[in-house]
Amino acid sequence: MTAGPARQAMLRATLALVLTWALSPILWQALTSVKPDTELVILPPLLPAQPTLAHYTVLFEQHPFNQVLLNSFAVAGLTAFAALALGTLAAFPLARLPIRGKLLILGVVLGCSLFPAIVTVGPLFIIIRALGMRDTWWALIISHTTFALPLTIWVLANFLRDLPEDLYRAARVDGCTPWQGFTRVLLPLCRPGLAAAGILAFLFSWTEFLFALTFTATEAARTVPVAIVLFPGVHEIRWGEIAAASILVTLPVVVLVLIFHRQIVHGLTAGAIKG
Amino acid sequence: MPHVRFDRVEKRYGDKPVIRDLTLTVRDGEFFTLVGPSGCGKSTVLNLVAGLEPVTSGEIYFDDRAVTHLSPKGRDVAMVFQSYALYPHKTVFENLAFPLRVRKRTQAIITHEVRRVAALLGIEGLLVKEPAELSGGERQRVALGRAIIREPAVFLMDEPLSNLDAHLRVRTRSELKRLHARLKTTTLYVTHDQEEALSLSERIAVMKEGSIQQMGSPLEIYRFPANTFVAEFVGSPQINLLSGRLSWDPAPYVELGHVRLALPPVPESPVTVGPQRPPCNVIVGIRPEDIRVLATASPTSDFASVISVEPAGGRSVASLRWGPHEIRALAAGDFQAAPDQTVGIELEAARIHVFDACTGRRLPWDGPLTPRAGS
Repeated sequence: MTAGPARQAMLRATLALVLTWALSPILWQALTSVKPDTELVILPPLLPAQPTLAHYTVLFEQHPFNQVLLNSFAVAGLTAFAALALGTLAAFPLARLPIRGKLLILGVVLGCSLFPAIVTVGPLFIIIRALGMRDTWWALIISHTTFALPLTIWVLANFLRDLPEDLYRAARVDGCTPWQGFTRVLLPLCRPGLAAAGILAFLFSWTEFLFALTFTATEAARTVPVAIVLFPGVHEIRWGEIAAASILVTLPVVVLVLIFHRQIVHGLTAGAIKG
Repeated sequence: MPHVRFDRVEKRYGDKPVIRDLTLTVRDGEFFTLVGPSGCGKSTVLNLVAGLEPVTSGEIYFDDRAVTHLSPKGRDVAMVFQSYALYPHKTVFENLAFPLRVRKRTQAIITHEVRRVAALLGIEGLLVKEPAELSGGERQRVALGRAIIREPAVFLMDEPLSNLDAHLRVRTRSELKRLHARLKTTTLYVTHDQEEALSLSERIAVMKEGSIQQMGSPLEIYRFPANTFVAEFVGSPQINLLSGRLSWDPAPYVELGHVRLALPPVPESPVTVGPQRPPCNVIVGIRPEDIRVLATASPTSDFASVISVEPAGGRSVASLRWGPHEIRALAAGDFQAAPDQTVGIELEAARIHVFDACTGRRLPWDGPLTPRAGS
């Protein structure tokens, strides 16, 4: 295939279109977040005459945004950690040990991830209330982990299965127990898979809205997506602050994906192709 | 060093038998090879010894210690894998050290042992490298080093040379032999390469479909193949197998369709066929090197016509038409003949093998029938 000039131009045009489509809402939010209140609901000008960081300052001064950010980081971080810890323990036997009905187990795991969250939120709410965990991090960590686990298990099981079988066998012959073979040989080789699965779990939890809205009542456990929606005042919608918060909440995601995009792609496609 | 004894070992995957009724003893310090075509169960035998797979029934003993239900850790075996299975995230030093680290040896001992093994194998210069930076031959050495470092009771080697190029393979083969002569560790070696088996082993077991066809020294197996399978599997170029008919007049001879081959008398052999029996169908085996090719037929020789000649340096493989049969014969390296040219051939009568046409079993014309299994 040769890329002629016409073809090149087509490609570039398509790329520009896709990028515009994907990036303009973010750009819009970014612009909104630095516009003074007076310019928020008029167009033109598109670009603010005098960019301001006022909305960002308000976020931290008039709202408990520090606490909300901390909640989000803690919930997403611990969710990722729990999903990895449980996911690797489930994925290793499914990938390596002789177990009856592996496919059935993996199928059920996948089936669990197909439940719409809205179906489970009611029963979960009752359970969480009964356990006295309403409005705590744990309510969110536990519910988020259960939803992130199926994907984590699948990604890690695929990754482990793709490691050469002889490595684990060599470890066993060299004197490892199954657990040592797992932790000393297989796990260090899984780092890309762990990174991919961990980030996916983190992102899921970071952006999750329904559970976070239902299981929290105050700033004690409220996460950023919920906090943003609850910003609006009584008489007006605080567009500037919403935009500023959106940008703040998007930044960690962008940074994470930029750092780990290779692993994410690799982790998700493990098992798809040989070699 | 212990001997390894298999007592009626069976292995099935579901209903599919992989190892049938395996009973054999690998002697103390012996280099024993399992050889056979792929899928004959030879690698499974290694896995059973290592404890990587459970047996379905039967027992495995190291000396008089039953190890059948021990974990690999409890058996004290070391294994070299065909893929080498070096740990990609560890340096060569750490790969070699790993079996010792798992056993919680002190750092001083580990360093000392790694240096010793590296010196023995000539890989001192590679210790800081990672497996990905090594050539195939270097990886093979590291894998070997990792196996010998803790002086295991038994070595298991699963096609350790088959990923090397031909040149390196032959060189490493002789190094392996030297290493075994030095360490004297009981070694169970698996290969599909009959030449490798012949050149390395003290004893060989030829396997087919999960059972041992013949066991013996390389020479025994080559000279007295127990059946047509072993005769065809061992030896290169392959043995000629021709169908014929065994008769007596009263001395035994085989009728090959166009010629009569007189068989040498074997007075002391407990012959299962005899002059009093009716003639029977047999398969006659003649190794290519037991056929001498002459440029012109002599009064004492038979004659054949040339189909093709493949020179191979020191010798040539000649394909000949001999009556109704097509046979391979070894000729001198400078042997030249045009297709359809008539040449003379002489057979080494004492080296002719005769097999029962129905069972494929050897008829004991030219030597003792070696026992099929056990020792």
